[in-house]
Amino acid sequence: MIRQFGPSDILFIIEAVRWTLLLSAIAFIGGAIGGLFVALARSSGSKALRRISAGFIRIFQGTPLLMQLFLFYFGLTVLNLPINPLLAAAIALTFHASAYLGEIWRGSIEAVPSGQTEAATALSLSYRDRMQHVVLPQAARIAVAPTVGFLVQLIKGTSLTSIIGFTELTRAGQIVNNATFDPFVVFGLVAAIYFIICWPLSLYARRLEGRMRLAFTR
Amino acid sequence: MTQAQQPAVEMRGVTKFFGAFQALKSIDLTVEQGERIVVCGPSGSGKSTLIRTLNQLEEIQDGKITVDGIELTAGGENVAKVRRDVGMVFQQFNLFPHLTVLQNCTLAPLKTGRADKATAEATARKYLERVKIPEQADKFPAQLSGGQQQRVAIARALCMEPRIMLFDEPTSALDPEMVKEVLDTMIDLAREGMTMLCVTHEMDFARAVADRVIFMEQGAIIEEGPPAEFFGNPKSERLRNFLGQIS
Repeated sequence: MIRQFGPSDILFIIEAVRWTLLLSAIAFIGGAIGGLFVALARSSGSKALRRISAGFIRIFQGTPLLMQLFLFYFGLTVLNLPINPLLAAAIALTFHASAYLGEIWRGSIEAVPSGQTEAATALSLSYRDRMQHVVLPQAARIAVAPTVGFLVQLIKGTSLTSIIGFTELTRAGQIVNNATFDPFVVFGLVAAIYFIICWPLSLYARRLEGRMRLAFTR
Repeated sequence: MTQAQQPAVEMRGVTKFFGAFQALKSIDLTVEQGERIVVCGPSGSGKSTLIRTLNQLEEIQDGKITVDGIELTAGGENVAKVRRDVGMVFQQFNLFPHLTVLQNCTLAPLKTGRADKATAEATARKYLERVKIPEQADKFPAQLSGGQQQRVAIARALCMEPRIMLFDEPTSALDPEMVKEVLDTMIDLAREGMTMLCVTHEMDFARAVADRVIFMEQGAIIEEGPPAEFFGNPKSERLRNFLGQIS
């Protein structure tokens, strides 16, 4: 039975946005914490830490996010835990984001000239102080653009969680389309909502970048 | 004080490899308290590596280094102790670009627990005054000329009240007209009795302030002596060649 695409459908889709935003937030916050550790491990002096973090990055960059979602989703049942799409999605997205942000931030840390670390070392600053006060503030400036670029990818990537039964924005669109069979309007609306979320982020990143460049050359 | 009696730096059999390349070949060197040493030699001779081993920016593979009676090569807590005692000035200044001049000078004293904020800032202003740029305290490094930046770098190192200062080609990255202001600052410092080890090609500086000039080639000390003898009567053929090339 096909019904007309109406206001209640629009409301249904818009309500599903909160899941997209929640998943994005979880993935970004979890990924930021994980990514910082991965980046520090990747650029550390310890060979073991560098190897482990490199392996972690290789695995999560080398496999599709979709497979990671499946594996964590079914992995929970293997561990005799109840099926929980939110938990599975949160874990998979966090690991995925940790790997990518870790690699982006490693590059940013290594782009800070080695003389900066040497000067801080010669001033007898500890590893923690060198990172916190000298290296990371400079790496942050380099990292802004690629980090926001990845965040935009991540927001769009949450659409994959629909496959494990999560009713976020994309899945809501599918459900409405199944009932109304008006794909152009329905998915047009869904795409427009993604765009409304992502576009301001890109704009904000450009502004932030400009402001940070200003702070350095003032 | 017993500390005044012991040498500022003692290196015994110091050997450093970069992979298969031997950068330092069993170096022996003693520097007395208050002594001013100039190290020169062709590029790749190991002179920068030599002074970089003194605060363990380069780790050595063999030998022993003692700084102010603290055995650096014993590792552990000693490394941090020596680094607090040894200031360093780099060819590329290496100021922290995201911090103001004043913040550059106060960061290490604050974070190493040397001073509280008021004391650290007072000390920083005192040394900025000494290097003759007190008015630049609130600017960022990129707003200063090369010579000014290098003087900030000297002040930043002095804020840790080091007993020994290392200079790694401090004027090599400067435009010619700015070399003098940095050298004058270093000469002032030397006159105040600071123990200094300077890697530099500024032979006029060596003549003016050095107690001893050291010539290195291929990771070894070839010749050393007081400037008058070093420049006036070089013994080795290689030093004569070197002096002929740079003058």
